Amino acid sequence: MSDPALQARYQVLIHELRCVQCEDNSLADSDASIAADVRRQIRDMLNAGKSDREIKGYLVSRYSEFILFRPEYSWRNAWLWGLPLFLLIIGVVIAIRVIRQRVALVDNEDDADTSHT
Amino acid sequence: MNPRFLVPLGAFAALVVVLAVGINHSHEVGVLKSPLVGHQIPDWELPVLTDPTKSLGSRDLKGQWYVLNYWGAWCYSCRVEHPTLLQAQREGRVQIIGVDWVADNPDENAAALEMLSRQGNPYRQVVIDRDGRTAIDLGIAQAPESLLVNPQGVIVYKEPGVITPEIWRREFLARLPPQSAVPVANAGGS
Amino acid sequence: MLPELGHFALVLALVLAALQAFFGIVGPALGRDRWAAATTSAVAGQFVMVATAVGILVYAFVNFDFSVLYVAENSNSALPLMYRIAALWGAHEGSLLLWIFLLAVWTLAVAIASRNLPERFAARVLGVLGVLSFGFLLFTLATSDPFRRLIPAAADGRDLNPLLQDPGLAVHPPVLYTGYVGLAVAFSFACAAMLEGRMDPDWARWTRPWTTAAWAFLTCGIALGSWWSYYTLGWGGYWEWDPVENASFMPWLVATALIHSLAVTEKRGLFKSWTLLLAILAFSLSLLGTFLVRSGVLVSVHSFAADPSRGRFILAFLGLVIGGALTLYAWRAPLLKSNAGFDLLSRESFLLFNNILLVVAAATVLGGTLAPLIADTFGQSSLSVGPPYFRPTFLLAVIPLLLLLSVGVHANWKRGHLEAAVRPLLVTLVVAGLLGAAVVFGAYGGRHALAIIGFGIGSWIILSSLLDPVDRLRRHLSLSRAVLGMTLAHIGLAVAVIALTGVESYTSESDIALAAGASAQVGGYDFKLIGTQPIEGANYNAIRATVIVTRDGQPITTLYPESRTFWVQQQTRKVAGIYNRHGTDLFIALGDDLGAGRWSFRAQIRPLITLLWLGPLFMALGGALALSDRRYRMARAAARAAPPGARGEAY
Repeated sequence: MSDPALQARYQVLIHELRCVQCEDNSLADSDASIAADVRRQIRDMLNAGKSDREIKGYLVSRYSEFILFRPEYSWRNAWLWGLPLFLLIIGVVIAIRVIRQRVALVDNEDDADTSHT
Repeated sequence: MNPRFLVPLGAFAALVVVLAVGINHSHEVGVLKSPLVGHQIPDWELPVLTDPTKSLGSRDLKGQWYVLNYWGAWCYSCRVEHPTLLQAQREGRVQIIGVDWVADNPDENAAALEMLSRQGNPYRQVVIDRDGRTAIDLGIAQAPESLLVNPQGVIVYKEPGVITPEIWRREFLARLPPQSAVPVANAGGS
Repeated sequence: MLPELGHFALVLALVLAALQAFFGIVGPALGRDRWAAATTSAVAGQFVMVATAVGILVYAFVNFDFSVLYVAENSNSALPLMYRIAALWGAHEGSLLLWIFLLAVWTLAVAIASRNLPERFAARVLGVLGVLSFGFLLFTLATSDPFRRLIPAAADGRDLNPLLQDPGLAVHPPVLYTGYVGLAVAFSFACAAMLEGRMDPDWARWTRPWTTAAWAFLTCGIALGSWWSYYTLGWGGYWEWDPVENASFMPWLVATALIHSLAVTEKRGLFKSWTLLLAILAFSLSLLGTFLVRSGVLVSVHSFAADPSRGRFILAFLGLVIGGALTLYAWRAPLLKSNAGFDLLSRESFLLFNNILLVVAAATVLGGTLAPLIADTFGQSSLSVGPPYFRPTFLLAVIPLLLLLSVGVHANWKRGHLEAAVRPLLVTLVVAGLLGAAVVFGAYGGRHALAIIGFGIGSWIILSSLLDPVDRLRRHLSLSRAVLGMTLAHIGLAVAVIALTGVESYTSESDIALAAGASAQVGGYDFKLIGTQPIEGANYNAIRATVIVTRDGQPITTLYPESRTFWVQQQTRKVAGIYNRHGTDLFIALGDDLGAGRWSFRAQIRPLITLLWLGPLFMALGGALALSDRRYRMARAAARAAPPGARGEAY
């Protein structure tokens, strides 16, 4: 593609979309003829000035959300995107509670061993 | 017993449930559920296989039931499906429109004509999709795939793979009105 | 005749595994020491039977016995010898046999080493391993017998999957499986402690070397798989967050947490129930991985042929084994209390955060991998999750971990005493930042400035890890292998971080079309196609392209990417042309014939990728070094010197 900005968007898109005929490959990593066709479709739509959202929206309307490697940011997927942060918060809370408990216990002890290993 | 020691077991039980459901659905894994089902078929128009100066499109078929069958001479599974389509055509409940999907095969046109003449032509009309744009617009992922379209132009069903006699009865015939008013087509091509 | 013997050997192995499980678990429970002692005989017998079965199957492959269905499906008269042997694990049934064999090997090793362990405890460990062997053998015999006959015998075989006909097949699965299966040992040690209802003060010290060894193998196995897919799949990717890849990564993350948790338990008797839980979790993820690959539940390029009935069996097995272990945990773990304490900035504290972040990372990956399934359960059937999800969410947990690492290595047990380390840490942090900036602006012209973070974090870890050892060497103090190993492993991790930063930020990639004589520029290098020629290999025809690579007019190398079409299955496999120049890979893979003498290629310039393979190697070496530490060998010598009756403790 001639325009470097469009080329950059193109590269991102073909890595974020699934090859619909393959097991688990992106459009970028597929030899299938339909993948080549969809890549060409994306190039055409980019050259026609469509936004990434419109391009993805068109393909999702034809092939369902399954074609997206990046799940949509929607309320329906909120649990998926929120999960990592949720787990992290729980983990940190657990860590803090354990540490508090142990710090309270440490003052009653002698300090026999103060090495690294 | 402190209940927090039961949490791992509880979480694991939930996981097993999810996995068990997954096994039951495993035949559907990776099969795209087309979002076009239940909606208007996107307008399409393609040249006729035997006479590229003529074309056929969704507008010409408005008011009729039809099955749109994407296939190719290069496609092994399509050959498996072929006898079922021939039988369906003989029964004459609904017309089948074939779309020859060239994909990237340079000799597809000739190979397709040869296959139809040698193995029989189940299609009322055959069109050819050279550049794959229509395939994408109709959400076709591989061959063979078939769409059942009603007279209002709504896709009522999509078969994402080979049509077996069982599938033809259960999914296609079952959705047609009691006696479809489509004339039994001549066996030849368009 | 021979395959039937192989089948029979497996049946005998099944019986022996059952005896092993029975004697090992029921013996100590009922106080019958003779039963407990018989466990090791069962172990030896099972090993001999399994080895025999494997030997027979290898023999069948080597001698083209196409009357065996598995051989007929995975071999061919033209298949070279190396692949005929490696084809053993090329498909589902054989890879299961490999699992069983490696489990028998690990079990035998534990049995031999357990002469230094209290008898009843050792029996329980072997008993639990016996339960696992029994389950896998039963699964194999019931649903996946590799010795099934094909009658009449095939004239010729269907050939090994072309994607697998590569030296990588010879190493990756065995090494990876050795790691997977090795986690069963830690699992069994944990179950034995729970069955006993107590944790011996030496329990952590016994468990640690086995866990570290399994972890080292798993590290190598994952790295080998990544390297293999990089050069053999034709598009130069090394990690796709594919469900099967994730299935090997999750146990690795948890095993890393386990090693560190064992350190705390060994040193201060703390985190006992955490360690038990991690040991169960690590092996559970191993088993889960086995399930995911074979059940057809997820979409993956790596999965074996899907079969729901197999999936149900493995799930039931998983449910029983893990459910059982977690029930034991719920019952026994509350007994393991300790009243030791530690400060906020102590080593224990840092290790606690380390382990929690690793588990969060593993849980994140698990969530993403199973998300399509979970969504399906709730009616949302087309959710798909790929690298754009995993990358940011994984980094969320891992970046804090990497930062804490540099600081944590200086924390003392119990009291921390980080004050002395503050200045060196700040100095190294600044140096690391400068180094990162130097690379980004000096070598790459300031592109992708965020790479400073990756390079900086990696450099900081290396500098920080070296502070203490270098200081000790300067003062002519000794360094234990445990410390050396730890340092090397941490440095290995940092090297991998630096490599990933470089590869992900500065790879140049382009799909180009060339006719003979034409050239294209990719990433500052010039790729010129000289021509293509058809060649014939041992069991394939190929097109080989000759590509000359130059930079600024200077010739660098000539590459020969190939596209091989195998005779039997008519499937194509690419072999990329790769040349390494100062740590950067010049990569080119042959694509399709575009007609009129033009061919498509994928060319990549991959900076720092050599470090991506070096990092895990250092990590594994560090692990090997650590587990050869004196204290493990001394304990063995002491145990051998003690009088015979002293080992068994009163229960």
